[in-house]
Amino acid sequence: MALRTEPFVLNMGPVHPSTHGVFRMRATLDGEVVLDIEPVFGYLHRGVEKLAEQRTYTGFIPLTDRMDYLASMSNNLGYCLAVEKLAGVKIPERGEYLRVIMAELQRLASHLVAVGAFLNDCGAYFTPFLYMFREREKIVDLFEMVSGQRLTYNYMRIGGVSQDIPEEFLPAMDKFLATMPGFIDEIDRLLKENEILLARAKGVGVLSSENAIACGVSGPVLRSTGIKWDIRKADPYSIYDRFDFEIPTGEAGDCYDRYRVRVEEMRQSLHILNQARKDIPEGPVRADVSHLVRPPAGEVYGRIEAPKGELGFYLVSDNSIAPYRCHVRPPSLINLTPLREMVRGWKVQDLIIIFGSIDITMGEVDR
Amino acid sequence: MKFEHYGKGIAKGMSVVISHLLRHPTVSQYPEQRLNISRRTRGNELVWSRERCTGCGTCAKTCHQGAIEIVTSTHPEDNKFRVEKYQVDTGYCIQCGLCVEACPYDALFMSYAFECAKYRRGELVQDMETMLEKPGRVASGYYHPELAGKLPRQTLLIEKIVEKR
Amino acid sequence: MVLLDPAVNPELPNALPPDWPGDMLGISGFWWHWLIFTLIIIIFVLTMVMAVIYIERRGMARMQSRLGPNRTGPFGIFQPVADAVKVLLKENIVPGTADKLVHWLAPVVAFAPALLIFAVIPFGNGALLADLNIGILYVVAVSSVSTVGVFMAGWGSSNKYSLLGAMRNVAAVVSYEIPLVLAVVGVILIAGSLSMNQIVLAQDIPFILLQPLGFFLFFTAGCAEINRSPFDLMEADSEIVAGFHTEYSGMKFAMFYLVEYAEAVAVAAIITTLFLGGWRGPLLPPWFWFVIKVVAVFFLMVWTRSTLPRVRIDQLMAFAWKFLLPVALINLFVTAVQVLAWPDTLPWVVVPINFAVMAVLILLWAKIFYKVGWGRLEV
Repeated sequence: MALRTEPFVLNMGPVHPSTHGVFRMRATLDGEVVLDIEPVFGYLHRGVEKLAEQRTYTGFIPLTDRMDYLASMSNNLGYCLAVEKLAGVKIPERGEYLRVIMAELQRLASHLVAVGAFLNDCGAYFTPFLYMFREREKIVDLFEMVSGQRLTYNYMRIGGVSQDIPEEFLPAMDKFLATMPGFIDEIDRLLKENEILLARAKGVGVLSSENAIACGVSGPVLRSTGIKWDIRKADPYSIYDRFDFEIPTGEAGDCYDRYRVRVEEMRQSLHILNQARKDIPEGPVRADVSHLVRPPAGEVYGRIEAPKGELGFYLVSDNSIAPYRCHVRPPSLINLTPLREMVRGWKVQDLIIIFGSIDITMGEVDR
Repeated sequence: MKFEHYGKGIAKGMSVVISHLLRHPTVSQYPEQRLNISRRTRGNELVWSRERCTGCGTCAKTCHQGAIEIVTSTHPEDNKFRVEKYQVDTGYCIQCGLCVEACPYDALFMSYAFECAKYRRGELVQDMETMLEKPGRVASGYYHPELAGKLPRQTLLIEKIVEKR
Repeated sequence: MVLLDPAVNPELPNALPPDWPGDMLGISGFWWHWLIFTLIIIIFVLTMVMAVIYIERRGMARMQSRLGPNRTGPFGIFQPVADAVKVLLKENIVPGTADKLVHWLAPVVAFAPALLIFAVIPFGNGALLADLNIGILYVVAVSSVSTVGVFMAGWGSSNKYSLLGAMRNVAAVVSYEIPLVLAVVGVILIAGSLSMNQIVLAQDIPFILLQPLGFFLFFTAGCAEINRSPFDLMEADSEIVAGFHTEYSGMKFAMFYLVEYAEAVAVAAIITTLFLGGWRGPLLPPWFWFVIKVVAVFFLMVWTRSTLPRVRIDQLMAFAWKFLLPVALINLFVTAVQVLAWPDTLPWVVVPINFAVMAVLILLWAKIFYKVGWGRLEV
């Protein structure tokens, strides 16, 4: 009698120890090999875009915090840039420098979580995860000093930044910048050449560059396929054209390259921070724009290079105190598009790693 | 002949991990050791000043969650609003701090506390008397730098543990 | 190497006779010996499991720059007791469609071998339950039985995750038995006997120096047999919720938890006996040296668990068949040549030669393994 096998459907449900947030995958497996997956999301939908129409422009900023809750400063920055483009507001110099410092510190913090969670999914039982979180704790302390909270900062305003930094911020940041390069070297020593990690992650979940561009992928996932595209250099916003930094790229577009690109981006962020730290001018931090700002009627699409990719805000205004329509282009959702092709043919354990290496936050995907 | 993948990466990783045994763990024992929170903390409760509040209602209009409720009455004798009821439902509050920024008379502050758990849903709604500034209810320095100077310095991890590499 | 005949070698320490403590109360010494040692083994295993759980939690926590449990008792030493109490108070849930007998028997079948292994491990000279002259063969045979228990657990749970985990476990254990046994054979060749007591007595120099490659092979294969990181994909939290023991709760789960740590202690005890010199050591009593060495080997296991990521199932199999097995065969060949051709060479000459052989072999074979492919990729 011939042996008969049949594929079965495994539901990695919304509540699972390893999916990053509430994300459901129905995987069709043949033994251990994944034939197809069907992603189901929407479990965290809160109607943020509709709420924008009922709140003022400034009142929407706390809601942008909660979309990608691991990188709140970047979300705030993206939204404020879009509104300032529409309203034609000029930001004072000190405000610009503070914005860049906060954005780069936030990029460091977000990449620490991404790398820690990826290594945790690979199986290194929480050790790298806890090391990354210890360093992230130092960054979050700085943010707490400046804005008062540790996760949803609500720090950027339309026209600049909400308050000036206290005087112990810069000495603490200097201490942090002195120790952080040593820590990134320690991460490299810990797991960069680890043979087991190389065997698990190299060549796994390859995304070709044509496929990446066709799906609209952006951020470290795109850069790991070999394309040098960074909005800070291609379409500079704020004062990024004054700083000198490189764009790290990978070659193969596999999980290992995505991990390496994130670690190299952390080094580049430190480089930008060192440059920005030297030149902070004195002055006001916020332009004289009222709380109830009324931009002229029109539409704008403002985008920034968030840690996860291209975060875009499409705003339509009809000259009232609230936006007529606000649509958010979340990088995590668009980066999820090629997941199905990346996963076909690999095993269940690889499915978890590939999903972890794209680095999504469900708050952004579902809004 | 180049040798690679023979276990050197694993050995390096293990040396990093074992060196952590000799370092001080980054842990603080709550509730015996309490760290100082930020001077500008946006705590869950609000602190209200009866003398400076004029009942203009800017804070209630700014709050998009609808957490602040003000009822005032007019008194022609002294030509001012008298605030009859000032109530904040801290269950709706998302601690954004926009009300504190909006107040034109500096009558509203965020509180410098984070242990605000209550046993009943009804206790989350705080009225005027609870929200006055008292020794147990200190105002934080969010948006008010003059108050920040009086509060204790925040404990920073980078200062507690500066590791030598 | 050393001579085991007391007539020739007067420095051999006196062995405990197999009917110690002698006849008492009209019952022959054989039964007293059996009773006392059974009690000693049970108490030893349970206490060591608790100590080992504590060491793992505190040790791993310190390596991750946090404290471990420190509230239950001074320095948290009652944490395993608290775990046991918690697990006993939980409700015993059996899935409706489960195969009841198989589901009930699985923890028993998995746990019994872990205790049985300790019957031949010496705590002192001759201080074992049964000084079998096929000691190490008995150990290898009995330790494979717990895999049957694991597979019964996976099947009896009627859950896809459990079955996946159980199948992975069976595949891994079967693959890693061979390098395990081959590493042991090298030791047997040098010691000249299968009996565990004789192996310890033959170690004037601990065999870890004479057989470094054997130690590495046994440690790796042993970690794979007992599902410890980096080979813990049988119960990987992030993939298949908890593997074969997903559907177990209450006391049955406690048995599986106990099995995992009891087997870890058993493998550590076997490594101590075979490679580190068992109970031998100056000054302190023999059982104390034994406990110290077991704890040291277990600490090594905790260290590797903290650091290394998990391997994938096909990489696990490839590692066993394409790396460990050829290396074990070559090691056996080299050892055999040494024992036959140069039996009287000073040990201090043989030790550096063996270390050099190990280094060259690992370097060369790593290159070949890399070319052969680190695991099959079915795309």
